Amino acid sequence: MAVSPSSTTGSVVQLSRVSKSFGDVKAVDDVSLEIQRGEFFSLLGPSGCGKTTTLRLLAGFEEPDDDGGEVRLLGEVVNKKRPYERKIAMVFQSYALFPHLSVQRNVAFGLEQRKTPKAEIGDRVRRALEMVRLEPDTFARRMPGQLSGGQRQRVALARALVLEPDILLLDEPLGAIDLKLRKEMQLELKSLNKQLGTTFVYVTHDQEEALTMSDRIAVMDNARVAQLGTPAEIYENPRTAFVAKFIGESNFFGGTAERRNGGGWEVARSGGGRFLVPDHPAIREGRAVRIAVRPEWMDVWRPDAVPPGENAVGGTIRDVIYLGETMHLIVTVPGCDDVTVAVRNEGQLIKPLPWKRGDAAAVAWRPEDCQILEEV
Amino acid sequence: MSVRLPRWVLGFSALVYAFLHVPILVLMVFSFNDSKFSVNWSGFTFNWYHRLLERPDILRGLRASLIVGGASTVIATVLGTLIALALARHRFRGRTAFEGFLYVPIVTPEIVVGISLLILFALVKVPLGLTTIVIAHVAFSLSFVVIVVLARLEGMDRTLEEAAMILGADEVTTFWKVTVPQLWPGILSGALLAFTISFDDFVITSFVSGSGSSTLPIVVYGMVRRNVEPSINAISTIILLVTTALIYAADRLVRNK
Repeated sequence: MAVSPSSTTGSVVQLSRVSKSFGDVKAVDDVSLEIQRGEFFSLLGPSGCGKTTTLRLLAGFEEPDDDGGEVRLLGEVVNKKRPYERKIAMVFQSYALFPHLSVQRNVAFGLEQRKTPKAEIGDRVRRALEMVRLEPDTFARRMPGQLSGGQRQRVALARALVLEPDILLLDEPLGAIDLKLRKEMQLELKSLNKQLGTTFVYVTHDQEEALTMSDRIAVMDNARVAQLGTPAEIYENPRTAFVAKFIGESNFFGGTAERRNGGGWEVARSGGGRFLVPDHPAIREGRAVRIAVRPEWMDVWRPDAVPPGENAVGGTIRDVIYLGETMHLIVTVPGCDDVTVAVRNEGQLIKPLPWKRGDAAAVAWRPEDCQILEEV
Repeated sequence: MSVRLPRWVLGFSALVYAFLHVPILVLMVFSFNDSKFSVNWSGFTFNWYHRLLERPDILRGLRASLIVGGASTVIATVLGTLIALALARHRFRGRTAFEGFLYVPIVTPEIVVGISLLILFALVKVPLGLTTIVIAHVAFSLSFVVIVVLARLEGMDRTLEEAAMILGADEVTTFWKVTVPQLWPGILSGALLAFTISFDDFVITSFVSGSGSSTLPIVVYGMVRRNVEPSINAISTIILLVTTALIYAADRLVRNK
């Protein structure tokens, strides 16, 4: 089949209404998305949400259901293509280095399969190892068993990148290495993506990792895409309670839209009181409204000192939690779950927070910081 | 937390071990005894080992054992590996039953296996000889190979095969370049087991061997019935050392994942 025009417009991965079932269980349910050339695209979600199956559909380890839509790579429908016919590369969660082959032979494996001239192989393996910052003279002859987790990770990456693929699939590649190294690798992966122009499709359950690295994120829940957007769109404008909860922390408030007020709506809160929200197409007069507010966008005041124009709910301080960079105040509010408010830690030894357990307090936030959720 | 056992448990265990191993030790020691009567020690000699080389019946038996062991090992290893692959990689109706049947030849009394094979060969009119011994040995060693290889397969990381495929290797290349090297210790260990039990087998072989096709254990048995001479100790010692070495090697391979 000829390459369709879409590959020239920059979309290298296209899923159109793709479904995949295992027995009665839908692992991927009617998922559509397009990934642009050179993009760092993450599939983010809790385990069992379908993100790994989606990646495996791209790799060719799984085929979509018979009426399960189309998978296109570089414009070509690949539903029935075997993995070795797809010319993409992948880094596995377990690294999947061949334990019986040296680092050199592991990295050369793909080149050998693609009938690269011998003279060229040695050179490209060297360059690939250097690219992932492994000294070829030191590491080429080692066996995978003699490497640390971080080094294996780098070899796995070199083995994939040496093929100079258009698309690189990564299945939670940083899951098994320690936090500090993980942060370092996150930045390295991102810079490799930009430097090589390779499209990265990255599967992770770690929201922070996805926010750090991605150009765009598809948040998956229950075999479907719950929301697709840039990290800022996802974090600052979550469409559903699931997304608001899964990415970062959120406080939820519910109520009934009473009347228009200026540019927004006045909502009667289920637990008593009112609050203002910005206008949103999903809001109808007399209908239920649910909003999420990030802890760092809220503040705690004495009940009589709330700044004018802000939304406020009254409650009682239940806990003051020391987290280092920030302090969390947990406030019990009648009519909803406990509210978490994040306050910058300005030094508890010099300038301690003036709150203690049992104090009466008001939690306040600006109306424009309300995230209006589409499902109530 | 460890439970303190009374001392006599240790002593009792030592006794049991001695009961199991002292006879073997005596046999080995007396294979070097410079006396025709096996019960009195009268000096060290390699004589009985030299004597073995002069006995055509023992050499013929050894040759038959090696041929049978070699042939049945190769056949059982190839078939067993294929069966293990089929069991591990395919979901089919009756798979569990099939896996259960693997243990039937292992738990069936050898005498039953021997008689049933004899009846089978008589029914299909196969003359008894080396061929029937090989067939019989394949029949009882196959299960061991399948079980060992299957264990290795189940412990194998399947993403290795996926990694090979996404790197451009088709199914056949992946099998030879990734699956087989991973399974190799299991296959080799299965082969060593198969050879060992073939080399050791007496009961089943005695049913299915024709005249002139006696394996080493059959020859030794015949020797014992005629007269007991220390050559028997010598040949037994050799058989013991060879099989122990093979079993040890097989065990090392299985452990060394």
